[in-house]
Amino acid sequence: MGITFRKETFRDDFTFRNSPEHIRRFPFPFHEDSYMYAVNIEPHVVGPKGSVLENLIDVDEHYVAEMQDRALVLAEDPLRCQSLPHMTLAGWDLLELLMEQQALGYPEHFTLTRDGDRWRWINRPLGIDDTFTFGDTSTLPYGPMEYITRQSQGDFCILDQRDGNLWMDAGMVTTQADWSLDFDIGMNFFEWHAPVPLAHEKGIFIRALKFLTNIQQGKPARRLNWTMTINPRLDTSPENYHKWGPDRSTVTPENVGDKVHLRVELQSFWRLPRSNGIVFPIRCYLIKMDELVTQPKWARRLHRVIRDLPEELATYKGLTRYRPTLVEWLSKLDDGSPTSPGFGPD
Amino acid sequence: MSTGTTKLDVVVSNVVPVNELVTRFHFRRRDGELLPTFSGGAHVVVEMRDGDRTRLNPYSLMGSPLDTREYTISVRRDDVGRGGSLFMHRSVKPGLEMVISYPVNLFSLDLRARKHLMLAGGIGITPFMAQTSQLAGSGGNFELHYTCRTASLGTYADVLQQRYDRRVRLYHDDLDERIELDRLLSSQPLGTHLYVCGPAGMINWVRDRAAALGWPAETVHFEHFAAPQPGAPFDVTLAVTGKTIRVGSQQSLLEAIEAAGVDPPYLCRGGVCGQCETNVVSHDGKFIHNDHWLSEEDHRSGCKIMPCVSRFEGKSLVLER
Amino acid sequence: MAAKSIISRPVYGTLSPQPGKHHLFVADAEGAVAIIEMAKNVPAGFFGGAEIVFIPGPDGKHVGALEALKPAQFHLAASFASLLPRLKQTLTNAHMGLRLYLSGTEGLIGQAMQVALEAGIDHTSMQTEHRGSLARRMQCVHCKGITENVTTQPATCAHCGLLLLVRDHYSRRLAAFQGVCINAEDRSEIPPMEEIFR
Repeated sequence: MGITFRKETFRDDFTFRNSPEHIRRFPFPFHEDSYMYAVNIEPHVVGPKGSVLENLIDVDEHYVAEMQDRALVLAEDPLRCQSLPHMTLAGWDLLELLMEQQALGYPEHFTLTRDGDRWRWINRPLGIDDTFTFGDTSTLPYGPMEYITRQSQGDFCILDQRDGNLWMDAGMVTTQADWSLDFDIGMNFFEWHAPVPLAHEKGIFIRALKFLTNIQQGKPARRLNWTMTINPRLDTSPENYHKWGPDRSTVTPENVGDKVHLRVELQSFWRLPRSNGIVFPIRCYLIKMDELVTQPKWARRLHRVIRDLPEELATYKGLTRYRPTLVEWLSKLDDGSPTSPGFGPD
Repeated sequence: MSTGTTKLDVVVSNVVPVNELVTRFHFRRRDGELLPTFSGGAHVVVEMRDGDRTRLNPYSLMGSPLDTREYTISVRRDDVGRGGSLFMHRSVKPGLEMVISYPVNLFSLDLRARKHLMLAGGIGITPFMAQTSQLAGSGGNFELHYTCRTASLGTYADVLQQRYDRRVRLYHDDLDERIELDRLLSSQPLGTHLYVCGPAGMINWVRDRAAALGWPAETVHFEHFAAPQPGAPFDVTLAVTGKTIRVGSQQSLLEAIEAAGVDPPYLCRGGVCGQCETNVVSHDGKFIHNDHWLSEEDHRSGCKIMPCVSRFEGKSLVLER
Repeated sequence: MAAKSIISRPVYGTLSPQPGKHHLFVADAEGAVAIIEMAKNVPAGFFGGAEIVFIPGPDGKHVGALEALKPAQFHLAASFASLLPRLKQTLTNAHMGLRLYLSGTEGLIGQAMQVALEAGIDHTSMQTEHRGSLARRMQCVHCKGITENVTTQPATCAHCGLLLLVRDHYSRRLAAFQGVCINAEDRSEIPPMEEIFR
């Protein structure tokens, strides 16, 4: 049967919506009624059918529209996709990983055929059928990382591992939560996380780095992160902050349900076999408040989390301007009754 | 979560004597599928079931990373070691089913390098077999200097010279040929990275000269898996699990802990990766540290031990396991 | 320097002689003093394998004192731009064993480091010492233009004119601090401009 891909936009008229099935499968990130940083890393193994973890690389109803939005971003600003010269091999590793995983999870949409280093890749949703030589960049229209990440949902950071640290030396970043690849490329793990408040003092990044540098081939890991976005806008880059920043002043009690979106990142971490690098796919899921509160447990819990969030985190996540309006709106949906443990809706 | 690796069920597909000391072993997957891709410098841990004893030894993968139909390792026979290499030489025959770990790379190439300068001693040639294949396949700039005792013990020297011609330079101890190390290190273009694998003495010599000649530490890469050394038996108390164990003279502390049903994480079993680092609760006696992981300060403190390669002599030792 | 900073903000040290065959110094203005101080503690003959490239400040000070160290090569440059071709040539022909010492303004250290990184020297192996002005090089994250000698907070982008918050977040690759629009959410908010990077 396959996925029915939606025709929708993440800019201008913002026609993005989740179908009822996609609301149910939304990766709600709060397992309790409050939130603080933690090294919430777990093995990235296949989860229940019908969840975003059904396949390790998730493709959903927004696939085609997201890829069209990415193409628009890259046309405006090619610096969103960069790879330092020593990262080409890691780009091939990523191409292999994404082609294999997408073909495995969605055979009706993607097919990979290999004959030695002669590969054929069919991507039906985007109408692509390419034959190329694995390892030979001249046989693809783009470098290997750009080629495959123009066909894969989510941002991708490729990290080189050396001297006990991870270095962000390549990436495709068009749906980021307010950080700039062009600025951060070449930085190590601590440097690119430098602007994050509170977590350094808690030693969180030291522990996280130790874990990540030990990720083994065939044993990926994952964690969830979250923020909020006004309008279903994928490209909330610092590059365009002066264009989307004013949206934050447009939230009113009347439009909260339609404008305010919870933005969840499913981050996974994979060892790359040839380059010994690590790839860090950051898959972004958006849900508008009207959709989210169709699950009463999520409505109650989100109210409590946002209400009690420490000020530094609220500032870092850019919520300051509209937090009171949002909390007021959510409070009407919170009768104070307890929420069940765990992430899922009741 | 456990940081160990996934296991691979393999069958020995070929056993090839290379010279009087070294034998090469080929592994294929039992299910006939391709093995996982790996990067030059990676090793696998081979599980050797020898009667009621299990040894787990790391060996560098030496085949081309471009061909994953089989993995190959080369094992040098060590007549005075703890018996792992003797087991491989005597008991491992084609058709034997074995278990190996997924590949792990603790000696990877720095792909930023303008040039890769490789120094091998003896059986230390094996990771460079894979690394040179990888670099040659992608047009990488490398030069290999290989010291061996005699021409007949120059494992794969002929293959390497055939493949790479003047990019390989051989030095034979019996002909009194020596690397002119200072001259070699001083004539490398800026941006060169240095890799060394061989006996401990050679690694230390190269690292010392490189540092003295102004090579920054991050440009000098070395791999030396310490083999666990035999020694006097000793008793250990495991505080967390409440077990008391005896470490046999031919057994490593890690193996003894595992034999008692406690499984610390590990990747290299050679004192390099840091995974099995264990806190010492109390001790009365002397540590014999053989690892490359803990700092000298850690060694002096008596608070930590790497059970894969280090031992203990004395009255009592209590570990946090 | 700001009292509370972040990890990506560069930390500078004190120059100290490193083992090596050749020693290349790049300094501007008061950066000369860092070299002169270090020279008190070097092994005999150290400067016989050294090259000093110096951009004097407006006061023209320290030239004589540097020459007195008797480096194998001494070069006076009018600006960083003017020494760039020479620096690139030196690094292209250099061998392992060359050590790099950078001292002076943050802009000079950052730009020389940028060239050295491209030549294959790892940043952790370079010696740096900050002397003199705290004025910043800033990249506007929006238009990508670099504004030199930024002394105020916020600062105006010399290219696109946006009013930017000058962050402590620093990129070695760009040799610049990051500037982000300070009033993006409401352009009518104009915070006062203070001179803080001097």
